[in-house]
Amino acid sequence: MSARPPILHVQGVSKSFPGVKALDDMQLDVRAGEVLAVVGENGAGKSTLMKLLSGVYEADEGEFSYNGEPYEPTSPKHAQELGISIIHQEFNLMPDLTVAQNIFIGQEPRASRFFLKERRLNAKARELIERLHLPIAPGQLVGNLTVAKQQMVEIAKALSYDAKLLIMDEPTAALNDAEVEVLHDLIRRFVQPDTAVIYISHRMDELKRIADRITVIRDGRYVGTRETKETSMKEVISMMVGREISGEAKPEGVRGDREVLLEVSGLSTKELLKDVSFQLRKGEILGFAGLMGAGRTEVARAVVGADKVDAGTIRLRGRKVVIHHPAEAAKHRIGYLSEDRKQFGLLLEQEVNANIGLSALRERFQSWGFVKDRAMRKTSKEYVGRLRIKTPSVAQTVKNLSGGNQQKVVIAKWLVKDCDILIFDEPTRGIDVGAKEEIYRLLNDLASDGKSIIMISSELPEILRMSHRIVVMSEGRVTGELTAAEATQESVMHYATLRPDENPEDAEELGLDPVLTGASTTEEGREET
Amino acid sequence: MTASAATEAQEQHTPVEAVTSTLRDKLQQFLAFASLIVIFLFFSIASSSFLNYDNVTAILFSTVVIGLLALGTTFVIITGGIDLSVGTGMTLCAVMAGVLITKSGLPVLAGVIGAVLFGGLIGLVNGFNVSLLGIPPFIATLAMMLVAQGLALVISNSTPIYFTDSPSYTQISSGHLFGVDFPNAVLVLAVGVVISAILINKTILGRYTYSIGSNEEATALSGISVRRWKIVIYTLGGLFTGLAGVMISARLASAQPGTGLGYELQAIAAVVIGGTSLSGGKGSIVGTIIGALIISVLNNGLQIMSIPQEWQNVILGIVILVAVYADMARKRAVV
Repeated sequence: MSARPPILHVQGVSKSFPGVKALDDMQLDVRAGEVLAVVGENGAGKSTLMKLLSGVYEADEGEFSYNGEPYEPTSPKHAQELGISIIHQEFNLMPDLTVAQNIFIGQEPRASRFFLKERRLNAKARELIERLHLPIAPGQLVGNLTVAKQQMVEIAKALSYDAKLLIMDEPTAALNDAEVEVLHDLIRRFVQPDTAVIYISHRMDELKRIADRITVIRDGRYVGTRETKETSMKEVISMMVGREISGEAKPEGVRGDREVLLEVSGLSTKELLKDVSFQLRKGEILGFAGLMGAGRTEVARAVVGADKVDAGTIRLRGRKVVIHHPAEAAKHRIGYLSEDRKQFGLLLEQEVNANIGLSALRERFQSWGFVKDRAMRKTSKEYVGRLRIKTPSVAQTVKNLSGGNQQKVVIAKWLVKDCDILIFDEPTRGIDVGAKEEIYRLLNDLASDGKSIIMISSELPEILRMSHRIVVMSEGRVTGELTAAEATQESVMHYATLRPDENPEDAEELGLDPVLTGASTTEEGREET
Repeated sequence: MTASAATEAQEQHTPVEAVTSTLRDKLQQFLAFASLIVIFLFFSIASSSFLNYDNVTAILFSTVVIGLLALGTTFVIITGGIDLSVGTGMTLCAVMAGVLITKSGLPVLAGVIGAVLFGGLIGLVNGFNVSLLGIPPFIATLAMMLVAQGLALVISNSTPIYFTDSPSYTQISSGHLFGVDFPNAVLVLAVGVVISAILINKTILGRYTYSIGSNEEATALSGISVRRWKIVIYTLGGLFTGLAGVMISARLASAQPGTGLGYELQAIAAVVIGGTSLSGGKGSIVGTIIGALIISVLNNGLQIMSIPQEWQNVILGIVILVAVYADMARKRAVV
């Protein structure tokens, strides 16, 4: 088997974006006839690598060869014509067109240069769908299909180009177990002696079932490749995280006996969250860990009322509250600091002063509708000093500040509002190391002042260093809760890659397993009473 | 649960799903069509002078200009764009026809072709601005609306151009070709509808129109030159604008340079009432023509019932709100 030449060979590939080296001396070998899994933490460089392979980006250096020939795709279309198709996490489908129209978009059978042959199109689509044993019909509108079926359309579209190498980016992120099984069958049928699949996923149990080999990458570099049969999940996880946490840094002020300030139980949303429960204590930093799409941000948004909640209760200081929108959350003194501070956290074109005063404008800095400019400026100056925001003056336009100082402006805004609970979503994203330390110090100071903090972060070392307790999520559910003492990179990663129990409602939707369906109705009944 | 069982279970759902999804799509057109019938019946009962041959012909006749503008606009709106320049663009094309025929003394046919092509040129410029310069359609066509309005006045010296010396020009609208009872204008609209329906349903132009409106990024990634097709689609809209310019000046036997403003909004109203989504991807020619008919029937019926013009606008506004809200409510119910 190992004697066979690779279908795809990647050597010494690097790719930089302004400020980040996304890939550094990357390598990859895909053998014909295999399913190769590529795994890595968030930001390890998987997506960048796939975009290079599909011709979206161009590599800075390094070589690609495909079936022994140099491979230089100029566009996704070009890559497809050469036989490499990629199925992205976000689908590239036209929801208002039918299955057949989507599959053959851009390569429609035509009667002349201008006129379509719709019947031929549908016949070709039917042929392809039957060959792949897909449970979809050519005439269905794609927008009306379930996510699983939309993915099948993507696969059919990819295979309509006669693909030899199929790249699937997190193909099972939105699928339930039964659907995953259907997908795996499809993959097994596709893999022939002259074809191969690159399968990107976080889910260890799935990799065991589908992958022949597993390649691990970390921080844009190649770590190693293992035969699936000869490795263990534990080994793969340790390869994924294998970086040292900086020395002595440990969470400060950890104590388990404090009063519970916020209690969330059974929180569910239509889109993602299922039965999320946790407690937040006074003066505590509660870390939320998990992989991309696990639902951490969604929990924050649901708590502050930015997203609609389907079920569940929120208790604040023991009293039940219903929060409809973020303004109400602010009244309850809960502040949410978005992960995308440029879009949701700041008025970039306005000055520092206007940003810091914004949230508390109504209760603190106005009388009869007139803005009390002097009071606001005084407060802004005070916070600029307290948080050590580096700005020439409070009249500086926020967009001219560095990322770390912008983040401090957002924090100042919520401190002026005098919130008790602060939810930080990725507080150090896009901030350099020195500024990170300052944000950490600030978070610790806030906690020791008695503020309660939820910190959502994708950076494991950050979570481990800061959190008094850690809630780990996977696919919209809480899969584990760890104390600071219990938490290690491995244990957090273990819970983050756990596949939660099959969701009975999804099974019901597919008309599967009556036992499970029955269970779900009684469960729902209980929740409602 | 084995995979094959799962597949079978899903397959059983498939035909049902297919039927319901097509039903859903037909529903909006059905709703619009049903509303048209209801409004029509209402006026037939409410007024004795509504339902007769002459009045129905008059309704069709008055649908022609808005109908033609709405046909072109339908293509543009399905791509997710908008065209605000069709009203004054139409007037500019009418003035061009007047200049070519009465001032340059060209034969009528040459003048008509010239005016339609000039409309195409307006659309081409719109398409260029939207597609290659990346100016948002609302802004690009708003600018063109002003340009066309100004040019029409400049070229005509702000005075109407009369086609009194070319009586055959007015025959384009009110003549009776082939001896049928409907005036030629109605035939022109009918041909326009058929051509549009073929373009949108049977050609790659139509397919890419829907595709761009449905997901522009994905369309481009599928190797389709979105920029080029957008230019083609705006140009097509412009050709309809030119044709509408010919029809309105033939009907009035003159080109009135100060008019035209407001027609673009009526055209958009017809498209929207017909179930085409302003966010793109959805819509149909049949829906648009039903929408245009609803507007004409309302105007005509209310006039016959001696309801003042001012109130007609109020009612039309409410109809648009109800039509669009019904469409949204239906979609929400589906999700």
